[in-house]
Amino acid sequence: MRALLWRDLALAVRAGGGFGLGLAFFLIVTVLVPFGVGPETARLSAIAPGILWIGALLACLLSLDRIFALDFEDGTLDLLATAPLPLEGIVAVKALAHWITTGLPLVAAAPALGIFLSLPGPGYPWLFLSLLIGTPALSVIGTFGAALTVGLKRGGLLLSLLVLPLYVPTLIFGAEAARRGAAGLPVETPLLLLAGVSAGALALLPFAAAAVLRVSLR
Amino acid sequence: MSLWEYANPVRFIRVTDRVLPVVAASALGCLVVGLVWGFFFTPDDYRQGSTVKIIYLHVPAALMAINAWLMMLVASLIWVVRRHHVSALAARAAAPVGATMTVIALATGAIWGQPMWGTWWAWDPRLTSFLILFLFYLGYMALWEAIENDDSAADLTSILCLVGSVFALLSRYAVNFWNQGLHQGASLSLDKEENVADVFYMPLLVCIAGFVLLFVALVFLRTQTEIRARRMRAILARERMA
Repeated sequence: MRALLWRDLALAVRAGGGFGLGLAFFLIVTVLVPFGVGPETARLSAIAPGILWIGALLACLLSLDRIFALDFEDGTLDLLATAPLPLEGIVAVKALAHWITTGLPLVAAAPALGIFLSLPGPGYPWLFLSLLIGTPALSVIGTFGAALTVGLKRGGLLLSLLVLPLYVPTLIFGAEAARRGAAGLPVETPLLLLAGVSAGALALLPFAAAAVLRVSLR
Repeated sequence: MSLWEYANPVRFIRVTDRVLPVVAASALGCLVVGLVWGFFFTPDDYRQGSTVKIIYLHVPAALMAINAWLMMLVASLIWVVRRHHVSALAARAAAPVGATMTVIALATGAIWGQPMWGTWWAWDPRLTSFLILFLFYLGYMALWEAIENDDSAADLTSILCLVGSVFALLSRYAVNFWNQGLHQGASLSLDKEENVADVFYMPLLVCIAGFVLLFVALVFLRTQTEIRARRMRAILARERMA
C-alpha cells in the first residue's frame, strides 16, 4: 500500500501538470470573483467563505478523472486489481494520494486566497479547519465518481454531473462552518456534521468504489 | 408460485400485457374524475382563491417523484442481489418518469408560488431538495445512456442509485439545516390533525391514486419497450453473425 501511495505521489509530482493545476485553478477562480461582483470590501467579505469553498470544490473536481484514467489506459489498473491487495485498499490509497496532491495544497492555499477576498479576521482558522475536515470527503466521493466513469469515453463531463450532487451535503456544512466562523458565531454544529459526513464517506465509499471498479474491469 | 416468476421477461410481458390496459384505464379514470372534481366542484380557498386547486397536480406529482426513486432503489437492490434483468430494466424505465414528476412538482410549485409567495423560486429546503433530486435523476439517466454494455450499465447505475439515495437523504436534512423554510408543512399525513380540509381531501386522494396508477402503467409500458428493444438487438446481432 505504501509503495502504491509513493508511486502515485511521485507520478503526480513528476509527470507534470496535475500537481499544480488544481491550485492554479483555485487561484484563478478566486481572482475572477471580484471582477464579477465588484471590489467592495463589505460585499467580498460576506461571500468570501462560500466562494473559497466552491473554488476548492471545483479545483478538486478538475483533477478527478486523472485518478484512474491513466492507470486504466496503460493497464496498470488491471494489474493492481489482480494484486494481493484488496481493491478497497487500492481505492482508499488512490483517494488518499488525490487528497495529498490536490486537497492538501488547496487547504494550505485557502487562507492566503482569503486575503484577496478580504475574509474577516476570525474566519481564517475556521476556513482552514473546515476545509481540512471537508476535503477528504471531496476526494473520496470523487474517487467513487471517477471509478463509475473510468471505462467511458468522454467521461469527464458525466463525472461532474454525477459527482456534484453528491458534493451538496459537504459543501453546505463546510461553507456554513466557515461562514459562521467568519461572522464570529459558534461553529461546533456544522463542523461536527461536516466531520460526520467525512467520516461516513471515508468509511463506506471505498467499498462502493471498489464494487464499481470490479464491474468496469470485468 | 412466487413473486420471482415474474422476473422471467416472457412471463412479465404476458402478465403486464393483460394488466396494462386495466391499469391505464383506471389511471385515466381516476385522473379525469379527480381533476374535474377538484377543479370545478370544490370551493375556492378563502385566502388562496382558486390557486389552491393546483394542489391536485402538485402534491401527487411530488409524492410520485420521491416514490419513483424509492422504486428504483428497490429495483436496483433486487438487481444487485438476485440479478433479474427485468428489475434493472424497470429501474431504468422508472427514471425518466420520476424526473418528469419532479419537473411537474417544481413547475406547479413555481406557478403557485408566484401569486402566493410573490416569487417563482425560493431557496427553501423542500424546493432545494427537489432540485437536488432532479439532478440525481439526470445523473442516473446520463450514466445509463453512457455505458454500452447493458449488464455493466445496470451494475453501475444500481450502485449509483444506492449511494445516491444515501446522499439524497443526507442533502434533504443538510438543506434543512442550511436555510429556513417558506414551504408549508405536509398536506397529508396519517395523523388527521394537520390534513387539508375535507372538501379538498377526497378529490386529492383520487388524484393521488390516479398518479400512482399512471406511474405503474408508464413503468410497465417502458419496461416492456426496453425488453423488446433488447430482444430486437439480440436478434439483429444473431442475424449478423449468421
